[in-house]
Amino acid sequence: MDIIASYGTVLILIAAAVGFFMAYGIGANDVANAMGTSVGSKALTIKQAIFIAMIFEFAGAYLAGGEVTSTIRKGIIDAAPFADIPELMVLGMIASLFAAGTWLLMASFLGWPVSTTHSIIGAIIGFALVAVGTEAIQWDKVGGIVGSWIITPAISGFIAYLIFMSAQKLIFDTDAPLKNAKRYVPLYMGLAGFIMALVTIKKGLKHVGVDLGAVEGYALSIAVAVIVAIIGKIAISRLNIDPKADKQMQFNNVEKVFAVLMVLTACCMAFAHGSNDVANAIGPLAAVVNIVENNGEIAKKAAIAWWILPLGGFGIVAGLAILGKKVIKTIGEGITHLTPSRGFAAELAAASTVVIASGTGMPISTTQTLVGAVLGVGMARGIGALNMSVIRNIVVSWVITLPVGAALAIVIFYVLRTAFGV
Amino acid sequence: MPTNAFLGVFAKSPIKPMEEHIKKVHQASKALIPFFNHVFKEEWVQAEELRITIRNLEREADDMKRDIRLQLPRGLFMPVERTDLLELVTQQDKIANKAKDIAGRVIGREMTIPKVMQVDFLAYLTRCVDATKQASKAINELEELLETGFKGREVTLVEKMLVELDAIEQDTDEMQIKVRRQLRDVEGELNPIDVMFLYKIIEWVGELADIAERVGSRLELMLAR
Repeated sequence: MDIIASYGTVLILIAAAVGFFMAYGIGANDVANAMGTSVGSKALTIKQAIFIAMIFEFAGAYLAGGEVTSTIRKGIIDAAPFADIPELMVLGMIASLFAAGTWLLMASFLGWPVSTTHSIIGAIIGFALVAVGTEAIQWDKVGGIVGSWIITPAISGFIAYLIFMSAQKLIFDTDAPLKNAKRYVPLYMGLAGFIMALVTIKKGLKHVGVDLGAVEGYALSIAVAVIVAIIGKIAISRLNIDPKADKQMQFNNVEKVFAVLMVLTACCMAFAHGSNDVANAIGPLAAVVNIVENNGEIAKKAAIAWWILPLGGFGIVAGLAILGKKVIKTIGEGITHLTPSRGFAAELAAASTVVIASGTGMPISTTQTLVGAVLGVGMARGIGALNMSVIRNIVVSWVITLPVGAALAIVIFYVLRTAFGV
Repeated sequence: MPTNAFLGVFAKSPIKPMEEHIKKVHQASKALIPFFNHVFKEEWVQAEELRITIRNLEREADDMKRDIRLQLPRGLFMPVERTDLLELVTQQDKIANKAKDIAGRVIGREMTIPKVMQVDFLAYLTRCVDATKQASKAINELEELLETGFKGREVTLVEKMLVELDAIEQDTDEMQIKVRRQLRDVEGELNPIDVMFLYKIIEWVGELADIAERVGSRLELMLAR
């Protein structure tokens, strides 16, 4: 107890620093996954991708990041056993952030696509195990996370399959693909705009101080969708289309139209990623701040302090600006034959899945949704070749991340305990 | 493992290399037309230059074939069967080999083609090269097929191309009979061994079209799944 009283400010500062560090790791590690498909299919240059990522990651984190934080904080571990030892909760959360951030940066350097979500969850499980014991962990929730390794990619793959198939039916397998592309692509744009607007309105605007009813929320989302679609239509009409209308050129032109859409789905993806993954960094931080400000009382439901979301947002942006650039550069020629029409299906599906899942409060991994979405397009026979061995490695790395995160957190937790003499 | 493992999920697509490969082997077979034009006039120096050109094209095609095979390890998830692709590239490659063999044999024996045959022989050769061109055209639809998820109109379009390819191959059969008959009419005045080899060459030229047709049927099988 007295620890919190005497070191409160110090603890908050440390937590903020490691929270920022974790957000930095998220920006560095994940942005390439979120932006890679857009850059790989030549819809965006590296500079544009970084620029979009910065704006929309931050917007997603700030406007829609509030929802998932509470699940990270309360879903995995049971707060009740910590009621008498809040200082351990504080130290544990700091240790978790530090462990997860370290693991992320390590993985980034080694080129492993670990999931930020799972690294923080593993870390939280780890410290709870040594601080209290197995009873502090909501095992059914952990089971849910393990289940999400299958469910998340499956949902995302299914949506990607549907989106891709709809594009085939409406655009590619028709007499006049180009004409239909010009007609229908704005609709997809509207859909992307709708998803982004809806999640922002439903999840995010409360803590900014705007509270809309359900009807107004939907109405506003639809309005945004229409505006986005109109802007899209204008952008498409301004493309310079090669009028040589033989088959080959026509598909090339269709892909040009899709490239416009891809810019938007990239925004969507960055937004979804920001909203989903910022929680991994700020959830534990918010917990620390709450405990300290309530003098050791672990509140059931607490508002997030005003400065926490922006801090997470800035952390992600800093990470992607400084390290992410290097990672995105390696994409350049990395992807062959990924055309905008495939990339858009994968990105839109992944972003939608993240948004849907964030709505249910389930902590999910952005990488997983993307892998699932890419597989979904592959199932629809839309991608030249996918490396199943790499996909297997990625899945293995998800599984490994939990115990590694846990082990790191345990070590750091003991170090902190010794340092603060608890 | 690339620096970012998620992007390692996208393997190098074999589609474009397949298209490049058939273009290359088609070039090799096409070079036979100027080659034989020199042979008719017995300009052996220029003919030899063209033989070298054909041989080089064949070598380049071989390298491409090897690259494609190396690019297709097990454990790739592709819209078409890996075995089908490997079979297809093997067939495609035979076109270049055949062209090389024809040029090599003709130069090696400095074979002269009897004047009476020359017009029809050239027409026959041109038609066989048309078959390889048509095969190349069909294979070069692979990218469009991928765009459309190997379904629908694009498949129908390719099927039409393959019907056309079959028709060309049948033409070459007719023409081959005609050219053989011409040779038979004059064979008495020629060196018997040369005649034997000429028959061989006529047959080999015809095989260009046969292989092209086989490439087409491989593609058909690939689409039928």
